[in-house]
Amino acid sequence: MTGHIVTGHIVATGGSDIARESTFWILAVLATAAGLGMVLSRRAVHCAVLLAVVMLSLAVLYALQGAPFLAFVQVIVYTGAVLMLFLFVLMIVGISSADSAVETIRGQRLWAGVAGIGLLVLLVLVVGHATIGKAPPASASFGNSNITGIGTLLFTKYVFPFEITSALLITAALGAMVLAHRERLSPKPTQRRLSRERIGSGHPTPLPGPGTYARHNAVDMPARLPDGSSSALSVSEVLTGPADAPDDAQHGDPAALPANAEPADAVPANGVMSSQEDA
Amino acid sequence: MVSPAHFVALSVVLFVIGGVGVLVRRNALVVFMCVELMLNAANLAFVAFSRMHGALDGQVIAFFVMVVAAAEVVVGLAILTSIFRARRSASVDDASLMKY
Repeated sequence: MTGHIVTGHIVATGGSDIARESTFWILAVLATAAGLGMVLSRRAVHCAVLLAVVMLSLAVLYALQGAPFLAFVQVIVYTGAVLMLFLFVLMIVGISSADSAVETIRGQRLWAGVAGIGLLVLLVLVVGHATIGKAPPASASFGNSNITGIGTLLFTKYVFPFEITSALLITAALGAMVLAHRERLSPKPTQRRLSRERIGSGHPTPLPGPGTYARHNAVDMPARLPDGSSSALSVSEVLTGPADAPDDAQHGDPAALPANAEPADAVPANGVMSSQEDA
Repeated sequence: MVSPAHFVALSVVLFVIGGVGVLVRRNALVVFMCVELMLNAANLAFVAFSRMHGALDGQVIAFFVMVVAAAEVVVGLAILTSIFRARRSASVDDASLMKY
């Protein structure tokens, strides 16, 4: 507990100016580059990883400004919880959910760029007109007693917002549960139906594992069959969506994937049909 | 010496990048990530001004922003998954039933 407070203290008040300045510039360039990469990269996973880079460098910048508590909250809440939530949802939605390159609104990107430059100019003008003074020499509340100071403020001056926050969190948790809840429309599949579907699917045996002959153990690389060919079946559909079809042609049977992907999309329809058969 | 102006400038740059991302990207998840980037940029400015004034109020506000952002992400991602379940797409263009 005291360890990180001391770290914050050293970063905020101690240390040489050159070290702090170089830390700032390195992290500023890193955060800006990662932010730009986030906007420009087409794959959602790359965006998430680059966002993690931005958030971690912002955490260090908080510590640099005498906010050790916020730095750790940034790492734990943002990088730890929020970003993991993003990655979980990314796994549900499909890792290959890349943006299409087609513009739905004509000239949208151009005008978005113009609006961005306009916003930048506006903000730079506003900030440039403001007189932003130099930071006073760090007091104790930006070092060792940062957490005590924030705690005192939270439970005295900001006690009502703090209490309202709890209501907000409960509402958010309830809302998420209601939204993510799925009503079961078809009856629960019986063992009989499951085995029927399995035999009918054309692959009654389990899907091939990584394989003895595998050259990689990465999950996105197809397994090698004993005859040396690679099996596209062994790669999870989450990793190779329909958008990946040209990519898969290199190390897998291209025809196998779309055929494999079809039944998954049709599962609800199949389920309803076979349940009617059962009835 | 790194002055608060440096941090505010960085936060302006990050905010604009996030704003452009919200306008340009059409994967709803990435749009969310860009919103998070904008919130983070605002937090950086709060912390910088807190340091400049020598008072901790800015840090408390930044803390509240983090709480609200976490709640927003939870609900937003739940909406996203339910839309994806219904429409099999995470693109913001496809959720246009109420447009006309």
